[in-house]
Amino acid sequence: MTLTQAQSPPRPGASGRLVGKPIDRVDGGAKTSGAARYAAEYPYPGLAYAALVHSTVARGRITGIETAGAAAVPGVLAVITHENAPAMKPAPPMSVLNLSSLATGTRVNYLNTDEVHWNGQPVAVVVAETQDAALHAATLVRVTYEEFAATVGFTAEEPNAKPQKSDMLQSGSASKGDAEAALAAAPVSVDLRFTTPQHNHNAIEPHATTAVWDGDRLTVHEGTQNVAWVRDHLAARFGIPAGSIRVISPYVGGAFGGKTMVWAGTILTVLAARVTGRPVRMMLTREGVYRTVGGRTPSAQRVALGAGADGRLTSLIHTSVTQVGRVGGGPEQVTSQSRHLYDAGAILVRQSLVELDTLSNTIMRAPGESIGTFALEAAVDELAYKLDLDPIEFRMRNEPERNPIDGKRFAHRMLREAYALGAERFGWSARTPEPGSMRDGRWLVGMGVASAYHPSWQLPANVTVRLSADGTVLVRCGFHEMGMGGATAQAQIAADALGVPFEAVRVEYGDSVLPTGPGAGGSGQTASVAASLLTACEKLKRSMLALARRSSGSPLRGRRLNGLRARDGGLWTEPGPGETYAAILARAGRPHLEVAVGSDTRVGAMVGQARFMAKFLRDRRRWMKAACGAQFCEVRVDPDTGEVRVSRWVGAFDVGTVINAKTAAAQLRGGIVMGIGMALSEETLVDPRNGRIMNPGLGEYHVPVHADIPPIDVCYLGDPDPTMPLGLIGVGEVGITGVAAAIANAVHHATGRRVRDLPITLDKLL
Amino acid sequence: MKDFAYVRAGDVTTALRAIAAEPGAAFIGGGTNLVDLMRQDIERPGTVIDITTLPLDEIEETADGGVRVGALVRNSHLAAHPLIRTRYPVLSQAILTGASAQLRNMATVGGNLLQRTRCLYFYDGAAACNKRRPGSGCDALEGFNRNHAILGASDACVATHPSDMCVALAALDATVEVESVRGTRRIPLVDFHRLPGDTPDVETAIAADELVTAVELPASPIAVNSRYRKVRDRASYAFALVSVAAALEVRDGTVAGVRLALGGVAAKPWRAREAERILLDAPATEESFRRAAAAELASATGLSQNAFKIELARRAIVATLSRLLTDGSAA
Repeated sequence: MTLTQAQSPPRPGASGRLVGKPIDRVDGGAKTSGAARYAAEYPYPGLAYAALVHSTVARGRITGIETAGAAAVPGVLAVITHENAPAMKPAPPMSVLNLSSLATGTRVNYLNTDEVHWNGQPVAVVVAETQDAALHAATLVRVTYEEFAATVGFTAEEPNAKPQKSDMLQSGSASKGDAEAALAAAPVSVDLRFTTPQHNHNAIEPHATTAVWDGDRLTVHEGTQNVAWVRDHLAARFGIPAGSIRVISPYVGGAFGGKTMVWAGTILTVLAARVTGRPVRMMLTREGVYRTVGGRTPSAQRVALGAGADGRLTSLIHTSVTQVGRVGGGPEQVTSQSRHLYDAGAILVRQSLVELDTLSNTIMRAPGESIGTFALEAAVDELAYKLDLDPIEFRMRNEPERNPIDGKRFAHRMLREAYALGAERFGWSARTPEPGSMRDGRWLVGMGVASAYHPSWQLPANVTVRLSADGTVLVRCGFHEMGMGGATAQAQIAADALGVPFEAVRVEYGDSVLPTGPGAGGSGQTASVAASLLTACEKLKRSMLALARRSSGSPLRGRRLNGLRARDGGLWTEPGPGETYAAILARAGRPHLEVAVGSDTRVGAMVGQARFMAKFLRDRRRWMKAACGAQFCEVRVDPDTGEVRVSRWVGAFDVGTVINAKTAAAQLRGGIVMGIGMALSEETLVDPRNGRIMNPGLGEYHVPVHADIPPIDVCYLGDPDPTMPLGLIGVGEVGITGVAAAIANAVHHATGRRVRDLPITLDKLL
Repeated sequence: MKDFAYVRAGDVTTALRAIAAEPGAAFIGGGTNLVDLMRQDIERPGTVIDITTLPLDEIEETADGGVRVGALVRNSHLAAHPLIRTRYPVLSQAILTGASAQLRNMATVGGNLLQRTRCLYFYDGAAACNKRRPGSGCDALEGFNRNHAILGASDACVATHPSDMCVALAALDATVEVESVRGTRRIPLVDFHRLPGDTPDVETAIAADELVTAVELPASPIAVNSRYRKVRDRASYAFALVSVAAALEVRDGTVAGVRLALGGVAAKPWRAREAERILLDAPATEESFRRAAAAELASATGLSQNAFKIELARRAIVATLSRLLTDGSAA
């Protein structure tokens, strides 16, 4: 795979000295040398190992559980089942007023019940002196069940879907005008059904937990996207104060949403440690991840579009059915982008849900929009063909000035410019529109395009910044680093804001003893931390100036901050004199100066939460905020076998200010890679007879391999969003959106065939 | 994984005595399949006999112009060997489409012959599988069977053999040499793997105490013009939906010789004798290829999800033979 470096046209004022630069990630050395320690790599004296036993029925009651065989395996310390497990408290009720209540993976009180709610539910935990003994003994636990009728087939249950209720964070439906009537009246229209399968998480690091009790204090090493949620959830389940729990997560080997909720493995490791009185580590097998960590919902979607002969949309209808587990999971915003992308005269979006006896669905990179953009953007391509319009031209004719569904202003929207940039780099003008008209030797060549879209989020973040007399800066915030480069980006931001060298900044993150950070989700972490970090740096400079002004000897005496520049490790008049922070601190006899933004006291946390909701609701009233982009791809299709290979990719994005050109490009590129998997090969095979996942592993669940991935050219506009801190918009998820549609559209261009059912496997093209 | 005893055999005789003494033992070469199956609790050998140091890792030219390949030759080594690349390109290509570079570095020729099906229900201990637990039934029949057999299957089992290498060996008329304390015998590759019938748990003609010691390739001038085509769901690291191993000799526009075998369609590498019969002495045209492919697949039957493979196999045969005509063995 060749990679092209992301490029951005220079934009004055969009970036500082370091912001925007392709700086190497600060944790790169530790990761490549093996020094980085992941959750399953913390040594403890007396460490024991745990393994799960999974149910083999979808719904039922355990009538017998035979553990003698397992207990007899040399080295086995305990076989914990519902018959002998200590009581745990049930999962706390979900409430948008307490965001950590959203951490509940499932509502099942593991090993505190004889009921089975999905095929794969943990029904026993074996703890042993070695990993091998635990895994082997787990195979010897014999469970008998009284089976109950279970509803596990998404397709069969689809007709019974119920409308999704709206809440403060998400709305299940919206409309403008009478879209059905407009559709019926439209001279040109399409009315299409799209389906997408379940997808499962395959982060390179399978979920792992190391749990250590010391009396009633608990330390947990866990690869997670939210240390505070893990802490609060465990506190609720084990009935101890959150302050007695420390969750440590400095390195996370990929997560993509799968390490946001607290799943069975985490809870049961803590339980196993309590039962055995030993530090316990559980590394889920790859199969264990499939059986106990949720995946992306399957979907059935209707997209109907009507347009006049002038190519202006008169009607846009997008409805979806997705799945939740009876024990947990939630709606995914499948129709989200359809409320914002096109200036249609009438719009109807509606999401419905089916409830199944399966494991909860959960967050997976752009939940909703990843599969929603597939349906919408493939349908738009179909209508463009019906209208005999270039698909980009068709989109440009329907590009809205204001948010189509409600007339709100866009905080920032440069989709036109993204298409222009992408088309130029891709060479779209060389494309001949007729399907099957382009060839390369025996290969059919197709070129396709689709819009990318993902809303931007901002969450509360508590931050402290300390400037020491030696000139170093310590930023502390309990945010998360799953490989995105978050610590590097925040160091760049702090160094710019304070005018210190990048190397002078150290960022501490991934630990619940730190000021509470945002969860890594919703592509919102970088902006969330940046907002508080910038405020903190401003406060720090003010405090530093105040300190300097107390001394008659300071050249800063009588100066105001807005007349000064932070550079060269201090505050300076332009071009005149100034002083380094080190000098100010030395004169004042202070070892350091520290400021805090946000508070983790009980009251402080409530205030922070209330502020967040107020800002969230205020922002939502005022603006539509999102990242967007244009995905261009070229595919080759073997005319004999229907094999599809992606041969070229250009993604042009409007993501505001880019903080780190290297890590941002990696994120966008990673999203595109994941989208290619979604388009062509990924599918969880859930047996409709018993709800059992039949391909729980990398051998048969086909994520793309290197040979599937072409050179990916990622570029971005670099124009700041004036409503976001530093003008940045998150890049974590937008990259996957639109990818599957661009591929489906390219496949149509190559073959004349429309595949509306993912993945686009060769049998659908024969 | 169940505890097991480990012994390392220093020579063939010791290895054969060891396995004769303990029927539940298993030889381990590269371990690329056996270890997975042990982890899944599907294979449970009481003793694992490590044969990796036995002197069976040579590739030698035989007196009659063929090639003898030791059973412990690594897949990557075999694929890269000049004798194989020049005389049997189909074999080199087939191996290189299989697994990943790391796995090919470990996997041995003997182990490749003996690898087991990738049927999802075979791998899941909770499922019914006549191969894994005779008499328990077959969950694949009405389940996920997209990758399953269209030829030679039975009501008891519809699994496929996953090897690419073996498909090429079937086309090349290879012979498998096996040895036990009772002596040495040779089994034609095409008879080495068995169709399921009522006993899908019996997968090969090799006895429990026999060791594969070598694979012999006969001299085969036709094989110089040969190629392997693997059709799969991603560009690498996936098993074949359908694969074709073909060798073709054309004289004056007429097929003077042909070898054809299919992978991914049956419990064994499928030597396409009927297609070969039709092609021999026929004009070397796409029309002939189509006729031959149709005849070979006339008896093919699809399950709920894999009927597309019948058409796919036809097309893959025609495309592969056509490319042999135009491009020879070149990639």
